Amino acid sequence: MGRRLADLFHGRPRLQVGSLLAGPVGWLVIGYLGSLAVLLVASFWTLGELSGEVQQDFTLDNYEQIITEPVYRSIAGRTVLIAALVTLTDILLALPLAFYMAKVATPRVRGMLVVAVLMPLWSAYLVKVYAWRAILSQDGALNWVLQPFGVEGPGYGNVAVWIVMSYIWLPYMVIPIYAGLDRLPNSLLSASEDLGARPGHTFRRVILPLIFPAIVAGSIFTFSLTLGDYIAPQLVSSTQFIGSVVYANITNNLPLAAAFATVPIMIMVVYLLIARRLGAFEHV
Amino acid sequence: MLLSRRSKVLMRIGVGLTLAFIYIPLSIIFVYAFSTSRTLTWPPPGLTTEWFGKALDNPGARDAFLTSLQAGVAATAIALLLGTLAAMAVSRYRFFGRETISFLVILPIALPGIVTGVALNTTFTQVLGVELSLFTIVVGHATFCIVVVFNNVAARLRRLSTSFEEASADLGAGPLQTFRMVTLPNMRGALVAGALLAFGLSFDEIIVTTFTAGAGDQTLPIWIFTNFSRPNQLPIVNVVAVIVILLSVVPVYLAYRLTRDEGTVGPATTAA
Repeated sequence: MGRRLADLFHGRPRLQVGSLLAGPVGWLVIGYLGSLAVLLVASFWTLGELSGEVQQDFTLDNYEQIITEPVYRSIAGRTVLIAALVTLTDILLALPLAFYMAKVATPRVRGMLVVAVLMPLWSAYLVKVYAWRAILSQDGALNWVLQPFGVEGPGYGNVAVWIVMSYIWLPYMVIPIYAGLDRLPNSLLSASEDLGARPGHTFRRVILPLIFPAIVAGSIFTFSLTLGDYIAPQLVSSTQFIGSVVYANITNNLPLAAAFATVPIMIMVVYLLIARRLGAFEHV
Repeated sequence: MLLSRRSKVLMRIGVGLTLAFIYIPLSIIFVYAFSTSRTLTWPPPGLTTEWFGKALDNPGARDAFLTSLQAGVAATAIALLLGTLAAMAVSRYRFFGRETISFLVILPIALPGIVTGVALNTTFTQVLGVELSLFTIVVGHATFCIVVVFNNVAARLRRLSTSFEEASADLGAGPLQTFRMVTLPNMRGALVAGALLAFGLSFDEIIVTTFTAGAGDQTLPIWIFTNFSRPNQLPIVNVVAVIVILLSVVPVYLAYRLTRDEGTVGPATTAA
């Protein structure tokens, strides 16, 4: 049996590739991309006026509602703004840390730092939001620390969402930048220095252009993951974000939820296409 | 690059602060798990270990833990199979659309969880007419876990020279025998690491889970989330939170130890 099967595959690379890929590509194309297509179709459906049940008729009403009602536009605008701020914050926090890991630390310290950054990357998203909910609360740790100085923390709100999201997605930015810096030959830095560049100049003219694709790769995660989040906004603010609207409508108005979910898809498709042109996929 | 003493010191301070920013919030949850108070007042008035016993006896938390375990193991098994197959195709063959595969595999974690969640929810409930259940949770989790297995295995195969496999073939082994006796033993570490990471990813996922879970299915993160609104459950929530942290950190640490030469532990690192 095994022999006959092996003979069948022998010298037929296409058959070999085909049988390797059938499962994963079937799952991802039919299952995943298929579901995304269903989502797109469902965004044109409507609710029966009396029944309130989903009706599979074509209508543009959901999109009209999203585009014309100012509340949806401001929610989308606010979400994109927070996602951009979070991305920027994480780039600024990640650059020095990643640089230290890749180019300054001794190999032993580097290994420890990689573990230190990686472990929280995977650890319980929800618990991290919860930790910040506790820290930022009225009688939480932050106000306790700030009280002697007569200052109060930001409390819950948009600032809290910004802090929490930057916190949660930070490792997703550190890792690709670290990998990018690690690949950057030290000789380039020495050459720049020998030619008289100060460290700041070397950073702007040599390091930054070379690790830019890695930064873009990290930003795909920080931007996209912030764009769809609804848990953090719900726990540390009372403001609505794209994710909150989708979540709130999923049971009672599925077509509207689907239509609003296409907003982050469109934004991310454009973002990914740009990222691809910038060469980020070699670094994702 | 020669940095001045001053800039090195500044950089160390910056790194220290960033690490403090990463770790202080997590440590605070550990402290709360031992707090004698039923509220989140800081600092805790006293310390006790009584909540650990109560949490272990809590039937809701235990059921949720078992559900998470089942979902994680099943999703990991599927991801392990699909991710390995895809990685073998990409690293051992040239074919049309080869670059698209890594894009396709990463898409489910690169798109916001809510998109994946709503898309699967709509497909299950409106098109396929499938009741949401543990099964639908597993489908969702497997979809976004494939990428971590794929990345780890692809990285390992890229480093494993094809000459071993060719030598095996020259010595008369069939493709299946070569796979079993040469390729598989060489990628064992990558498979274990990929599986650990996939499990870690599945174990604490909440967004896709919320949209694919039936009314009666609670994973541990969903249990925590529903119990936020019940003040008298708070001490138990804190303990469960600590357990969730430990259960997702340990697999990551082990995975790192297994693959540290390849630098592929993050979801954001492939095998470039």
